[in-house]
Formats: sequence, C-alpha cells, structure tokens
Amino acid sequence: MNQTVIDTHHISKTFNPDTIPVYAIQQVHLHIERGEFTALVGPSGSGKTTLLNMIGGLDKPDEGNIIINGTDITKLRASALIAFRLHHIGFVFQSYNLIPVLTAKENVELIMLLQGKRKKERDETAARLFEQIGMAEKMDSRPARLSGGQQQRVAVARALASHPEFILADEPTANLDSKSTANLLDMMEQLNREANMTFLFSTHDQRVIERARRVITLVDGKIASDTAFVNPDNG
Amino acid sequence: MLWIVHIALKNIGRNPSRSIISMASVFFAVVLSTLAGSLKEGIFNNLVNNVVGFYSGYLQIHAKGYWNERHLDHSFKEEIGLQNKIRQQNHIASFAPRLESFGLVASEKTTKGCLVVGIDPIAEHNATQIKNKLKQGNFISSNDTAVLCTEGLAARLNIKIGDTIYVIGQGFHGSTAAGKYPVKGILHFGAPQLNNQALFMPIAAAKNLFGTENRITAYVIQIKRPDQLEAITQSLRKDLDTRYEIMNWGEMMPDIKQHIETDSNNMKYVQGILYLLICFGIFGTLIMMMMERRYEMGMLIAIGMKKSALILMVIAESILTVMSGCVLGILGSIPLIQYLHRYPLKMKETTAKAYEEFGFEAVFPTATDARIFWEQGIAVLMIGIVLSLYPILQIIRLNPVEALKKSK
Repeated sequence: MNQTVIDTHHISKTFNPDTIPVYAIQQVHLHIERGEFTALVGPSGSGKTTLLNMIGGLDKPDEGNIIINGTDITKLRASALIAFRLHHIGFVFQSYNLIPVLTAKENVELIMLLQGKRKKERDETAARLFEQIGMAEKMDSRPARLSGGQQQRVAVARALASHPEFILADEPTANLDSKSTANLLDMMEQLNREANMTFLFSTHDQRVIERARRVITLVDGKIASDTAFVNPDNG
Repeated sequence: MLWIVHIALKNIGRNPSRSIISMASVFFAVVLSTLAGSLKEGIFNNLVNNVVGFYSGYLQIHAKGYWNERHLDHSFKEEIGLQNKIRQQNHIASFAPRLESFGLVASEKTTKGCLVVGIDPIAEHNATQIKNKLKQGNFISSNDTAVLCTEGLAARLNIKIGDTIYVIGQGFHGSTAAGKYPVKGILHFGAPQLNNQALFMPIAAAKNLFGTENRITAYVIQIKRPDQLEAITQSLRKDLDTRYEIMNWGEMMPDIKQHIETDSNNMKYVQGILYLLICFGIFGTLIMMMMERRYEMGMLIAIGMKKSALILMVIAESILTVMSGCVLGILGSIPLIQYLHRYPLKMKETTAKAYEEFGFEAVFPTATDARIFWEQGIAVLMIGIVLSLYPILQIIRLNPVEALKKSK
C-alpha cells in the first residue's frame, strides 16, 4: 500500500515582495509516495532549490502547507523544525557536504550523536552503512582524502544514518565525473530498491534524469510537467 | 554534552592552520600585554627603587624640622628606646642611622662641595645594599677612618683608591669640621645626582668630624610591604613623640613622586591602547573563522544540529583556543621578560637626560612578579571570552538557507 511522505498544498514563495518581487514558487501542489525515486528538474532559477529547501523545512512558504508523513511542518516552531529535520529528513548537498575535521565514520556518527544514540548503536549502524555504500575500508579517512564521489556516498550514508522518511539531494552529482555519478546513482537506486528509501533530488544532469522513475519539471516556480516512468530504465 | 567538547577538540586539533592562527593572535596578545604590564610595573618599581632603594629609604625619621632646614643643629640622639619602637612596627625590613651634612671636599688638585654621609656600614648595606654599588676598592667597616667616594665625585677630584682627601665643613653648633681620609672605595649610583656628589664614611668617623657625639640626623627605614607604607607611617607617627618627624619618600620628594605617578599613568594609557589593538586582533581572527565556517555551520543546522549545541561547541572551541593561547603566551613571555629584566631597555640622549635630571637611571627594566603574568593572561582570556559573543550572535542570526546558498 502506498503512503504519502511529502504532500505540498499550493505552496508559494516570493522573494523581495516589497521591492522587485521574485515569484520563486507559485501554487505548487505535489505528492511524493514512499519509495519514489524522483528528479526535480528545470532551468536555473526555476525554483528547484527553493522547493527542496521548503520541503526540507529549511525555509517556509508564504502560502500553503507542507505535510511530511502527517505533520504540517509549516506550523512547527524553529526549534521543533530542527528536531523534525534531524529525525525525519536526510540531506545531501551539492558540495562541501562533510565536516572536514571529522573522519567519514565520525561524519556519519554525528547525526546519530545529535539524535542521542548510544555508542554501540552508532558503531553498528555506521559499520552497516559503510558496508552498504561499499566504503568499509575508508571509514577512518578524512574527507580531504576521499574523491568527490566517495564524499557524496558518505553524505548519503550520513543522511541514511538518522533513519529518515526520505532523502533530499540538491544537485548531488553537480561536481562529480561520469564514473562517480554512475556509482552514486547505482548506490542510491540500490538503497531505493532494497530499503524502499524515498529520494527527491534536484538536478540538471541528464545522466540523473535518465535514471529517475519520476521527473517533475519546474519552470518559473510552477510545475510544468510531472512524468512517471514504469521501470527504472525510464521505459 | 561531552561530545560537544570532543568535537570542539577535533576542530582545534585537526585544523592546525586555523587553530594556530587563532592561538597566535592570543599568544601575541598575551606576550604584548604581559610585556606592557611588566614594563609598567618595572618602570614604576625602578623609579621608586631609584628613590628609596638607592638612598632615601621608604621612610625616614628625623628631629622635628630637619627636613625643612637640614643642618646638624636639627640632629637627634640615638636612643635604644627609639630603635626598639622602630623594630616593633610591622613590615619593617631594616633601618639604618645616618649623619648627613654638606662640606667641601678637596684633593691635591681641586675642591668640590659634596654631601658627607656617615653610615653604619652593616645596617646601611641591609637598608640600601650600598656594598653592591662598590665599583673599585674595598668597602668600609665601622672602625675605619677611610671614606667611600662616588664615581662622579672621584672623577671631578681626579682621585683614585689610596689617595687622601680633605673634608672641611660646619660641625654641630657652628663648630669647625675638618679631617683627612684615605679613599678606600669608589661607589657607583644609578641616580646621577647622587653619583656626582656624595662621600660616605663610617658613622663614628662622621660623628667625630662634625662633633655630634652620639647624635644622628636620620634613621632610614626600608619596609617589606610597600603597599603598607601609609599604615606604617601612621603607626610610627602614633608611637613616636613629637620631637620626631616621620616622612615617607613621597612627602620628602613630592616632585619626584608626581613625576613617577605621571609616568605610571602614561603607561596605563599605552596599555589601554594595547588592549584595544588586542581586541581588534582577536576579533579579526573570529571574523575570519566565522566566514570560513559559515557553510559548515549552515549545513550542521540544516541536518538537525540545534543552534544551542552549535553555540556550545563554538564556546568550547573559543575557550580552549584562547586558554591554550594564553598559557603559551605566558610561557613565551617568561624568557622575554626575564631577558629585559636582566638587560633592560636603555633610553638615549634627550630622554635619558630628562630622566637623569630627576635623578633617575634612564633604564626601563621589566618586573618579573608572577602576578603580572597571570593577571595579563586572565585579562586576555576575558577579552577572548567576551569577543566570543560575536560568533554566538552570528550563529543565533544564521539562516541555513542563506549560509548554504552564499557558499555555493
């Protein structure tokens, strides 16, 4: 049975409303079901990052509601929103994703530390996640010693460490070469397939778009198209 | 809570260049501030020592009226009872009797007016370390009939060790004082005024020369606690009868006291400006740190780190960094301060002359009191902690979306 994890109700966001208004998001109505592997595409300035930020609880819409797994996050206060993000949403950013002074394992553990999990549980989860992303031997390396692709895989592991409802990724392959992009997408697809993890990512990258099972196109802050594909190969 | 300190330690230890820059700003702040504090106190102490340590003592007891009219008719009898009353006071380090008068001193070639000082060699050394000022020859003993001539006076008289000098002056109750004495030693005093015109002889010989029998002109008193000077002065005034006047060095030499206080106040302004520069130095480092870590902090808040936890982490980092810088600064300043204490800065030309006119050595030694080091360390630590409010305010205002956007 499908379950809605993200539900936006006619959300809008305008920047500089008092001077030169920029309508970043206009009346966007969107449902994402558990287990989806969705790409948010569109030209620069179309509102992809703004929409992801609002779904991730980093920014608030001027109008409308955002329901995450039954909770209206637009009604949460700032501190409650931080706690909500910690327990329900995984983030993968475009670059500089990891804390440079922490090892890969410590970066993954950090989110569990914030959640107040015990050391034994942190160690076990970290070991399992590094096994999953195929980087068990790199656990003790600092980010500077990892390639861009490896860093993004660690970032995905960190996002998974909090057992989120879904993972938001803002142009996760923007700084990666083809091989690293392919490896990262393979890993994300595998997690989606095997763990039923929901992914919503913004991208310009045709290689990513080709792997998505649903592609939502934003133009001028509005959904221009929303296409679902039957199979992982985009049918 | 411990994990926050743990991450703070990792931030410090695993980003050595950033930590070194931050610690260096604190390190140099502590070194400079300790140097300024130590110079301020060292210069003040040196000026006071020039006055009290070399000659006047912190306190003097005279017969009433002596200081305004310094001649032998205002001398007083040495009495055991009086000595006992001085000994009974708290914080008295030592005291020494003196018989002082002016006279003419002559060598074979020339004559010069000078201060003739009769001293108890042992007591005088205990009070003013006069033996340490011996540059040539030997020190006098109580039974000697020889004299110690100051360096400048010896040069003017063109005399050397073993030469004989003649002293002529006015003795007690207008009698004539005259005597001839071999020169046993040459003394060097820092204060040029004293170095150019003083002659020291055993007090018995001086009494004999001036015919004062057992009368002296002053007891020179050194104290253990300079901060208790006023209390000791009042206590002596209470305990001694009205035949005596008790004067501290500031009362005897008000112009010099004012000069010292002016100098000391000027150093306070210098130190104030230095603290301001220290604030800018540390603040600049904090601004740089916040700029560099803006994205990282935005990302931490985005993934769910509470701002309070982030603030605690930054406070822990700041305290650890500033404390380490302070400790290193204190350790680093010790050899510098010790060096400048042993080899003090020396003023030259006009500045030196200005000091010498007031009878001071034109040198700026540092003080090595341990209190200066930890006081300055704590002052910089406080500055660092107060300035750490800046990153805290920045974190409170930090919008993760803006922080992540601007760093893309």
